[in-house]
Amino acid sequence: MQLLRAILQRLLTTAITLIGVAVIVFVVVRVVPGNPIAMMLPPGATDEDIARLTAQYGLDKTIPEQFLIWARGVLHGDFGTSITARQPVLDLVLGRLPATLELSLMALVIAVILGGIAALTGTRKRDTLTEAGIDITNGMALSIPDFLWGLLLILAFGVLVPIFHISGRVTPSLELPFTTDFYLVESLVRLRFDLWLDIVSHMFLPALALAIPLAAIIGQLLKQSLKETMHLDYVTLARTKGYGENHVILREALPNAILPTLTLVGVQFTFLIGGTVIIERLFSYEGLGNMAIDAVINRDLPLIQGIVILFAVIFTAVNLVVDLLYAVLNPRLRHG
Amino acid sequence: MSFLQVTNLSARIKGSDHRLLRGVSLTVEAGEVRGLVGESGAGKSMIGKAILGILPRAIEITGGSILLNGTELLTLSPAERRRLIGASTALIPQDPLTALNPSRRIGPQITDRLVDILGWSRSAADARATELLDEVQITDPTRVLRAYPHELSGGMRQRILIASAFAAEPKLIIADEPTTALDVTVQKQILKLIATMQARHGTALLFVTHDLGVVAKVCQKISVLYGGLVVEDTTAEAYFTGPAHAYSRALLAATPKYTNPEASLLPIPDAVIAAVQADVDAYDRRVP
Ligand SMILES: Nc1ncnc2c1ncn2[C@@H]1O[C@H](COP(=O)(O)OP(=O)(O)OP(=O)(O)O)[C@@H](O)[C@H]1O
Ligand SMILES: [Mg+2]
Repeated sequence: MQLLRAILQRLLTTAITLIGVAVIVFVVVRVVPGNPIAMMLPPGATDEDIARLTAQYGLDKTIPEQFLIWARGVLHGDFGTSITARQPVLDLVLGRLPATLELSLMALVIAVILGGIAALTGTRKRDTLTEAGIDITNGMALSIPDFLWGLLLILAFGVLVPIFHISGRVTPSLELPFTTDFYLVESLVRLRFDLWLDIVSHMFLPALALAIPLAAIIGQLLKQSLKETMHLDYVTLARTKGYGENHVILREALPNAILPTLTLVGVQFTFLIGGTVIIERLFSYEGLGNMAIDAVINRDLPLIQGIVILFAVIFTAVNLVVDLLYAVLNPRLRHG
Repeated sequence: MSFLQVTNLSARIKGSDHRLLRGVSLTVEAGEVRGLVGESGAGKSMIGKAILGILPRAIEITGGSILLNGTELLTLSPAERRRLIGASTALIPQDPLTALNPSRRIGPQITDRLVDILGWSRSAADARATELLDEVQITDPTRVLRAYPHELSGGMRQRILIASAFAAEPKLIIADEPTTALDVTVQKQILKLIATMQARHGTALLFVTHDLGVVAKVCQKISVLYGGLVVEDTTAEAYFTGPAHAYSRALLAATPKYTNPEASLLPIPDAVIAAVQADVDAYDRRVP
């Protein structure tokens, strides 16, 4: 009962948030200068042509009118038609979403692995030079933003020692037998490890660039809370039972120390997804972010709206998942 | 030979000359209860931690010996020492609210040592846990074993920690003020429970406490500690009929009725403190 109310409340606030985002984006893209219709037509187009197309896309109406028309469409699953691509926005956006999801999740996995290793090693070797080394590495990882990591990685592993691809999502000459846009997942499911390797080799550097700052944050925060937890009585009691350092860190301290990190990772992961916009551009990776930049350059209003709404939905979903995970991992909330 | 024999144990804060233990010697015979009393900061918990190998990193042992059943603990490898401690001793901690892991169920926190360290089968360990909860008078063991710590009261949790301490039939239990954090009404029950369990299992017990009333009830031997120095080591009988050291006498005088917990807050006369501090200073001059 209580749970049901919590869920309803959550859905309601989510809906209001999304409506707010929609309104803001809708208005902002229409008040900034730049006529999308004029930009898509060849230079010799007449004023009539422009007027005709403007009317066709409904851009001659007032902003509130346009919004109502758009909102009605959205409720029926129609997000409008892209001005530049002349295809339904929903198809375009959903076609690119898997690429961005795969990239973000890969970055998250890398960040959790790197950050986890840093935190656990730092705790195991606390108060030694190893811990100091980890702290310094973390500090450096944090003081450089993701897109600069992207540039550095391109220089290092794309140019200097070219072991990874630095452009695109997959080698263009390859035959792709895929029926979905989840290339990474589908290549695995189809046991096409040759393709999988090619895809990973394209994704790895952009994912790593996105992951490095998050890994540093995870490493720092998790280490901090692990070290605090290691002083607690139940950890000491476990030692008197005969358990060694590794066991005590992993089984007694980690499950409790992980909770504060989890909340932060949720927030930071949404930043990471935001970071895909520039990183995808940098690595010519055909995802949502890359598409968003093109849409903005071309003033493709329906497409911009679609992409922004989708990002907002993703962010909300991430926060929801984090809250659920928190409840699952924290027995106090589970029974509260 | 005594089951536990601590000889001339000294400890200090690493990299300083701040002494915490000054040549502490004490023994606990098999099946015997020794009370370790002294005011706050005297080093009572340090002794327990040194024996169990859980001293804070900032503290180092500078000399002495700890023999457990004839085995020198201080020269064992860390892994061997942990195993020996885990197999033959146990700790009843002070604060039941912080001594149980909040994210683990009660059952595994009782049985983990049996299964992981001592190699029992899971079913045997589970059966043992149920039996133990019965023994510490917890009426619905099945529910409690599946519960998380926050679902249980402080008294319940201390019963669980006692059960857990006795689980592997240790030869020695160190109880560090096991009732201090509890409600006054619960304190008596828990104390009685520990005494009963100790007698039934014949476990040697090193009982750290402020409370001379507790000592009178459960201990056969007493060590009085001041400034990391043992100022008196005697039988309970002798202690309560007439302790030798002025400091011990003052402690006792501060507790006219053994059962009055507030009395231990009475101040010790300055002259007595000066005398016992002189002992400490004398030790520091004697032992560089
Ligand atoms: N982690 C630590 N680092 C440095 N000194 C410490 C640490 N823990 C305790 N001490 C010091 O060691 C001395 C002995 O402390 P201990 O905990 O053994 O006292 P105690 O007799 O158990 O007192 P209480 O009755 O308050 O529990 C104290 O002077 C204390 O300040
Ligand atoms: Mg203490």
